Amino acid sequence: MTVHQLSVFIENKSGALVRVLRILKQEKIQLIASTIADTADFGICRIICSQPEKAYNVLKEAGVSVSLCEVFAVELDDRPGMAADAIEIFAREGISIAYLYSFLLNGKGVLIFRTDNAEKAAEVIASNGLNVFEEKDLSRLL
Amino acid sequence: MSYQKFFNPEESYSRSEIEALQLERLQATVKHCMDSPFYKERFRKAGLSPSDIRSLDDLKKIPFTTKQDLRDTYPFGMAAVPLDKCVRLHSSSGTTGNPTVILHTQKDLEEWANAVARCLWMVGCRPEDVFQNTSGYGMFTGGLGFQYGAERVGMLTVPAAAGNTLRQLKFFTDFGTTVVHAIPSYAARIYEVMCERGIDPRRDTKLRTLVIGAEPHSEDTRKRIENMLGVKAYNSFGMSEMCGPGVAFECPEQNGMHIWEDYYIVEIVNPDTLEPVPDGEVGELVLTTLKREAMPLLRYRTRDLTRILPGECPCGRHHIRLDRMKGRSDDMIILKGVNIFPIQIETILMQFQELASDYLITLETVDGNDGMTVDVEMKDLFIDDYGKLQALTREITRQLRDEILITPRVRLVPKNTLPKSEGKAVRVVDTRKKY
Repeated sequence: MTVHQLSVFIENKSGALVRVLRILKQEKIQLIASTIADTADFGICRIICSQPEKAYNVLKEAGVSVSLCEVFAVELDDRPGMAADAIEIFAREGISIAYLYSFLLNGKGVLIFRTDNAEKAAEVIASNGLNVFEEKDLSRLL
Repeated sequence: MSYQKFFNPEESYSRSEIEALQLERLQATVKHCMDSPFYKERFRKAGLSPSDIRSLDDLKKIPFTTKQDLRDTYPFGMAAVPLDKCVRLHSSSGTTGNPTVILHTQKDLEEWANAVARCLWMVGCRPEDVFQNTSGYGMFTGGLGFQYGAERVGMLTVPAAAGNTLRQLKFFTDFGTTVVHAIPSYAARIYEVMCERGIDPRRDTKLRTLVIGAEPHSEDTRKRIENMLGVKAYNSFGMSEMCGPGVAFECPEQNGMHIWEDYYIVEIVNPDTLEPVPDGEVGELVLTTLKREAMPLLRYRTRDLTRILPGECPCGRHHIRLDRMKGRSDDMIILKGVNIFPIQIETILMQFQELASDYLITLETVDGNDGMTVDVEMKDLFIDDYGKLQALTREITRQLRDEILITPRVRLVPKNTLPKSEGKAVRVVDTRKKY
């Protein structure tokens, strides 16, 4: 019910992000979505990509601080208000969202998010009939 | 009012008078050291007896005393008098490894106050002055040391202690402060706040003299402070092992610090060979106390690097002059007057399982203020949560502050990003303006 996300710890310093992206390029790994929030001293770059396990291994081998985690990827119709409806369901069930980002992929909206209670989120997704992407779905769309 | 030039007669002694007094006091000190279990044992092992010290040159027969000796005998193993004769102790900061303790009898405190008073008198402090001390009190010797010295001069003292700059400024204007003791970086901060508040030090205060010390600083820094505040600023040198302030001090010539040779015998040695260096060359300062009762120290390796300035001083004092401190022969950091060893920081960092073993301490001057940044590498397994990373940063900062008494800026960095040189990690980078 989830997809893999890479979380890369990078210094707030020029060249730090390029180094990570160049490694992925060499391995012909394609980014599907990525986000960085900024703080004064460090950033966490979150990446959804093709072959996430391979990406994790090559980054780790290159000495990059990286972790691989599971996030939800909810599929939405590409229409106004769909994100509001989806997130309202989670809010109603008392599930708080740690972070969230979204993008469009082949005519579908995708909401990526992580919650503090993955088990309950999975139940809510199932009981409300929300569509979620699996790892293989993402790769197929590329 | 007219006053005498010298605070003590010893201050104007000729070289031969100084050396005669030194020999007399050295012999008495060595004899007294036999009441210290530490020195008694050390002399026994070296096959030395106090009667072997017949000339100042015989000092070289005595083994050096190190900070490690002070740690090993913590807390009272160096004492040469019973504890009931002691009235105060000062101890170094820190909880990692053994701290050090310096004991004082009532007479030690009186001599200390006299030495500080002599320094202050030398730069023109008189009973009609108002002396404000911005040092931390408590264990930090710049507090009580200057307090008693300034009282001995007869000045009206304002023991303002550290921090709260607005209150310091109010005291300047309300009490007519003329003399201030401050570390150089704090003097710059005082001026900054004066500017913010529209206070002109020349127009709105009676400040005349600044005593700056406890923090390495350059001649440029001194000039800047003098120009900013419209004062004369005098460099002060001391260390807790030698009581604290009052060891060496600039005279009105502002060219080197006279070290009081009726209180100390000065040697400058090569820190590797421990042989004396030729006159005028930089080496490690080694001091022997000549008047201490509670805890005399023989040939104490200060780890401070300096040199003796050659030639006579036009001020008429024959006590030799030390150049500005040029650094350290160990890895001790002096920041804002606080002594810090990198091992203290390392010990704290290594208690966090989230952290890897590499770290970098950077000392820098930002807007005239000296500060410390600690970069520390995260372990591979890291937390994908800003809140937790920030909480971790705060906790590391808090624990470091508790240990080193200074709040560093802590930055978490990815592993393998800190510089390494020849396989050995660089732990401290010092870009402060100094020396």
